[in-house]
Amino acid sequence: MLKYILKKLLLAIPVLLGITIIDFILMNLAGSPIDMMTGPKMTESVKAMRAAEWGLDQPLWRQYIGWLGEILQGNLGYSYKTFQPVSGMIVSHIAPTLLLMGSSLLLGLVIAVPAGVYSAVHRYKKRDYAMVTTSFVFSSVPSFFMALLLIYLLTVKLGLLPSSGMITPGTQGSAADVLRHLIMPMLVLGVSMAGSNIRYVRSSVLEILEMDYLRTARAKGIGRFLTINKHALRNALLPIVTMIGMQIPMLFGGAVIIEQVFSWPGLGLITMSAIMNRDFPVIMGVCLLSAVVVLIANLLTDIAYALVDPTIKY
Amino acid sequence: MQSSGFMPVVRRFCRHRLAVVSLFVLLILIFMAVAAPLIAPFAPTKPTGAFSKGPTLKNILGTDQVGRDVFSRLLYAMRSSLLVGFMATVISSAIGVVLGLVSGYFGGWIDKVIMSFTDMVMSFPYILLVLVAAAIFEPGLWSIILILGFVDWPGMARLVRGNVLSLRETNFVKSDRAAGMPRRYILFSEILPNTIAPVLVNATSIFAISILDEAALSYLGMGVQPPTPSLGNMLGGAESLTILTTKPWLWLPAGVTIIVLVTCINLVGDALRDALDPRNTLR
Repeated sequence: MLKYILKKLLLAIPVLLGITIIDFILMNLAGSPIDMMTGPKMTESVKAMRAAEWGLDQPLWRQYIGWLGEILQGNLGYSYKTFQPVSGMIVSHIAPTLLLMGSSLLLGLVIAVPAGVYSAVHRYKKRDYAMVTTSFVFSSVPSFFMALLLIYLLTVKLGLLPSSGMITPGTQGSAADVLRHLIMPMLVLGVSMAGSNIRYVRSSVLEILEMDYLRTARAKGIGRFLTINKHALRNALLPIVTMIGMQIPMLFGGAVIIEQVFSWPGLGLITMSAIMNRDFPVIMGVCLLSAVVVLIANLLTDIAYALVDPTIKY
Repeated sequence: MQSSGFMPVVRRFCRHRLAVVSLFVLLILIFMAVAAPLIAPFAPTKPTGAFSKGPTLKNILGTDQVGRDVFSRLLYAMRSSLLVGFMATVISSAIGVVLGLVSGYFGGWIDKVIMSFTDMVMSFPYILLVLVAAAIFEPGLWSIILILGFVDWPGMARLVRGNVLSLRETNFVKSDRAAGMPRRYILFSEILPNTIAPVLVNATSIFAISILDEAALSYLGMGVQPPTPSLGNMLGGAESLTILTTKPWLWLPAGVTIIVLVTCINLVGDALRDALDPRNTLR
């Protein structure tokens, strides 16, 4: 087991290095930081001095090594606009994003698992088709359009929920207040997650329903409820674990857009404003962080899979 | 696909009545988009009358803030959105298929290099990569096509690779190798035709996702640039509260069109998956 985990960890290292290289190349494609930080009035000699000062006159691979060294010490560079350290900006904005992502993931599962199981159990009946079609519609609605519809309905027409921010301005922000702000963005992200998940859960339960041990369980006469919830669902949990791991990048991408629509003060919001302002250190810092998080999530999924599934070979 | 195997596929596809309806709707929408210059009553970028007027007999979906006919714009918007979706799908499928074929067939270090590159690209959240690329390059119709096409291939590459790996062990490929057939022949004439079905199904979902992504990007102002209409940038105006509440004809049609278009593509893709699966005999 330990050997398996170690092997996975070692395999992740080249991928991680590759991620930093892609990140670095993208940042260099974006243009010279000197042009972006200074106005057009700067003379060439001053620019050259700056370049020497920041080591930009060195070959690209030397710059990369230096940049990587800084990253390993936790220094992601400084924003072109606010001159704050990027790592500090990320730390102060990560909690709202994690809250949004976590609650959406949970909501997505709470919708998808029962719906998927229901669909699989009633396979090829009208109810199943209705469920599958609904799931396709869920994943076909652009998230920002769903957000607009919700704002139109719940904020403008009914006046039930606030449409932007995380706390009511001017207040300290109680848990109930945050929850009221959270409902709509969570609903949008959770529903679009559930869309694809329903079909995934359905097909993994279907596969298990055809297994011999399920026929045995049914033959024992323990009843439909126990057969499905004890025998089928438990075994279907395995692919569902992988599904969660695969969805972290999607979830993060969705959060970027949804945070923009609802002005949710998380990483997505600062990323979008950095993209609009071409503030590349911030963009690349967030990219790097999210890629690393995805890599870790995949690693954990693999390990969890190995722990849960006794048939997997190390 | 051989002609003898074609009819059962059609028959299996037709059993999904909803998918047949979707295909029909999709064909009508595509026709309307392609024939936009013939159908549209007005030019999409020229003012035709009063500003922001509700639907009338002359402008059946009303006019926008600068007096352009919304219905005509909608037709042209479908044109650009379908073009983006289609071209992005072609590009990313081509990249994915080639990388997957090479990786799966040759194996060894080539496979390792290609697959770890795929893993790296997949680690970045897809939307984030697209947004970053959109920030680096000038936004516009063709740059969106290229960006989406060059970012969304890893799924296809993995799928094709997996398929090739299992095909490589089949007897007909083994016998080809034993007979000393050239690699090119084995790859393109034996393995590729047998992976067409899953590739086609995956391509429909890339098509659907690309249309959604174009909409999101253009909505955020980083995709297709006005005055060229696209389904996403037509929705951009809805961010303002007055438009959202008092002028639904400006944003509802584009939003509904996206949903109908993408749902139809997804349903057709799903039925196609079912119909092309050789394990599915009559059920």
